[in-house]
Amino acid sequence: MKFHKEHLIEICIPVIAVILALIVGSIFIALSGKGIFNSYSALLIGAFGSKASLAETLVKTVPLIFCGLSVAFAFRCGVFNIGAEGQLLIAGVAVACVGYAIKLPAIIHIPLCFLVAIIAGGLWGGLAGYLKARFGAHEVITTIMLNFIALKFTEFLVNGPLREPSGVSPKTPHILESAELLRIIGRLNISIFIALIVTGIIYYLLNRTTAGYEVRAVGFNPLAAEYGGINVAKNVVLAMFISGALAGLAGCCEVLGVFRYFMPDISSDYGFQGIAVALLARNHPIGVLLSALLFGSLSNGATKMQVIAKTPKQIASIIQGLVIMFVAADMLVRYFLPKKKKE
Amino acid sequence: MKVVEMMGITKEFPGIKANENVSFHLNKGEILALVGENGAGKSTLMNILYGLYQPESGEIYIQEKPVVIKDPNTAISLGIGMVHQHFMLIPPLTVTENIILGSEPVDGGIFINIDKASRKVKDISEQYGLKIDPFARIESISVGMQQRVEILKTLYRGAEILILDEPTAVLTPQEIKELFTIMRVLIEKGKSIIIITHKLDEVKEISDRIVVLRHGKIMGEALTSEVSTSQIASMMVGRDVVFRIKKETIEPGEVVLDVHNVTACDDRGLPALQGITFNVRAGEIVGIAGVDGNGQTELVEAITGLRSVKSGKISLKGKEITNLPPRKIIETGLGHIPEDRHKRGLVLNFSVAENFVLMEYYKSPFAKWINLSYRAINDFAQKLIGRFDVRTPGKETLVRSLSGGNQQKIIIAREIVRNPNILIASQPTRGLDVGAIEFVQENLLEQRRNGKAILLVSLELEEIMNLSDRILVIYEGSIVGEVSGEEATRDKIGIMMTGVKGEEEKGEKCVGAETVLPFVQNDEL
Ligand SMILES: Nc1ncnc2c1ncn2[C@@H]1O[C@H](COP(=O)(O)OP(=O)(O)OP(=O)(O)O)[C@@H](O)[C@H]1O
Ligand SMILES: [Mg+2]
Repeated sequence: MKFHKEHLIEICIPVIAVILALIVGSIFIALSGKGIFNSYSALLIGAFGSKASLAETLVKTVPLIFCGLSVAFAFRCGVFNIGAEGQLLIAGVAVACVGYAIKLPAIIHIPLCFLVAIIAGGLWGGLAGYLKARFGAHEVITTIMLNFIALKFTEFLVNGPLREPSGVSPKTPHILESAELLRIIGRLNISIFIALIVTGIIYYLLNRTTAGYEVRAVGFNPLAAEYGGINVAKNVVLAMFISGALAGLAGCCEVLGVFRYFMPDISSDYGFQGIAVALLARNHPIGVLLSALLFGSLSNGATKMQVIAKTPKQIASIIQGLVIMFVAADMLVRYFLPKKKKE
Repeated sequence: MKVVEMMGITKEFPGIKANENVSFHLNKGEILALVGENGAGKSTLMNILYGLYQPESGEIYIQEKPVVIKDPNTAISLGIGMVHQHFMLIPPLTVTENIILGSEPVDGGIFINIDKASRKVKDISEQYGLKIDPFARIESISVGMQQRVEILKTLYRGAEILILDEPTAVLTPQEIKELFTIMRVLIEKGKSIIIITHKLDEVKEISDRIVVLRHGKIMGEALTSEVSTSQIASMMVGRDVVFRIKKETIEPGEVVLDVHNVTACDDRGLPALQGITFNVRAGEIVGIAGVDGNGQTELVEAITGLRSVKSGKISLKGKEITNLPPRKIIETGLGHIPEDRHKRGLVLNFSVAENFVLMEYYKSPFAKWINLSYRAINDFAQKLIGRFDVRTPGKETLVRSLSGGNQQKIIIAREIVRNPNILIASQPTRGLDVGAIEFVQENLLEQRRNGKAILLVSLELEEIMNLSDRILVIYEGSIVGEVSGEEATRDKIGIMMTGVKGEEEKGEKCVGAETVLPFVQNDEL
């Protein structure tokens, strides 16, 4: 691939958006009456200051990578998946069941859990894809509805049939040891490597395979894809299945690696943040890695910022919002790019 | 007086100099024809004048004053108006609403004064003989009328200088005549016009002066009255162009495409094809002539599997293909050059190479198991680029950034090279330069010589008459007449195109109209 000026601009836009967001964010910090420098350095220390905080940042990053990939993949097929949150929850609860109820050696137990997550998340996402392909139901509506159903359904499960009998709070019992993912530091576990590998696979799938060719063709121009003999309906369902499966992996890694049980709170809105991650990454898998790391460190650093600099941690959410706004307002950002010389 | 003067304009795109040191001028009250091969840089030059692109170097003078045109708003305020080849109108809105979009006249700062606007639209329309109804919805008026709306839009905003980029490519012969009449009125009222067109007889008819571009540079300039069409052609292409192609007689073979009593509906669910029957045999070119909107689009889509057939039967080489999914039909040996290259024919955000394999990416050698073989795809692309003279910086360039004519060449190359049993060519030479037209027509004849069948759908009678062995005339969804290629005359066909054969019974309204979603029809989950 040759490298042109246009590619450079593609990369510059998210970077500039982040810088602008930090600048505008500092206005909000000033308004809250705290020091700008203090707050930002506390944010940085909170995110990367020690081994433990770095590990926790990565813990937050992993589900964002999966959910970012999920949204980005569907986007590349022209489908807007707002349902990553629901897909994550459904897969999470399914994994918790398999992780608790079936006795198996780890070498089989863990892959089985992943398979269950892929199928559960995939079917939950694929359902929205099917409704779109078959009946023309808009995926934005259906995935939002499926989110509500997933949330209420899993709440019901952890309060009722799946509730840990002795537990104080509503959650499922602890999974068996054979299903646990190996931890590295603190709650950080080997799912970070799984996320990296999956990112590579998705990149390859999109850009190097015939299936990826179809998905991209449908995403860019469904009429031309149809003309080329590509089954548009099939691809919409498939893309939503894969998208749901990716969100499902986020739920799986939360349950097996981070929490080791399931409750709806295992997701701190990762499914929704995934939309932001994908947007900032401009739906590019490698970009998803970077933007997931950014959002992961913002949300982890924010807690420390509140403790050290007493800056309200909502500032981090404001900055996240601003980043998205600036990415969306791509024209505004282009304005800040070096201009060609004027005569 | 020179109303426009561009001096030493240079514009580069990644890998290509679209304009190189280009200088020309436009006099007041003049029609200037800007001609040149596909990719010569005509649209780029005009986009610069309209403020859509910034040149790397060069100066622009408007009314003899130096200006910097940084965006279309500046251009409009300088009295420049442009009608793009792809119209920029919003179909559900009315003519007036479209015209005032972006410069709405408001009362008290809030309310749009639509009456005032429509009165002004009506005035301008009458003044220039545009015959536009200010209250008509864009989606319900013809393409020719839409183009006039675009012209009116520029006049409404005070244009003195009009740029028309390939305005005639989408028009019927009658509409072209009307457009020229309007252009003459505009000139009479003191406007000046730059027109881009590939049709040299139009250049001869309408323009006062000609500027020729080739490879981004000015190749020459002449008064229209002092040059012949073949002189212009050779200035453009750099060699002589044969206008009359030779066609040897071939005895047609077995029936390849057989369409029997086919009916289908249009997008609104109204009957568009009312029992069409015809066939195309091996070694034969069958032309479909007709006024735009008489069912040509639906007929082509029905054959290619892109629109569902309500009743009737279509077979290809004896195998029934009615309502099969498009891929099955393609694999039976069908090639299709669609009428709208942006809507159907290309994935604009794919590279040139990726577009070349749109029908075959899943087959060897382009696919190995689940993987794409980019090496094979790139080699293939390189070959086609050379053989079909596609002007592109490279095989990895996005098709979006190619010139219109070169985009068309990609489709033609892709479809011809697959060597299909039947090739459905819809407006195959739309937007191509004379050299490329000659090339494409020769390729079609080559296919015929090799015993392939070709169905040619075109609004251009000239093209149909030059190439076809048989000509079918379509009117309101029925075939109303047939003439052989030798007996065909403009008049004979022209009369049939107006449906003289007699009143046809209208079929009842189609039930179960197709869904708007394009992919629902060929659902085979
Ligand atoms: N936005 C763009 N980005 C990159 N390259 C471009 C862009 N627009 C045009 N080009 C290149 O500049 C050259 C000139 O294109 P242009 O559209 O001006 O040709 P044209 O004379 O209008 O041709 P045609 O008759 O086919 O419409 C082409 O080689 C094209 O690939
Ligand atoms: Mg052009």
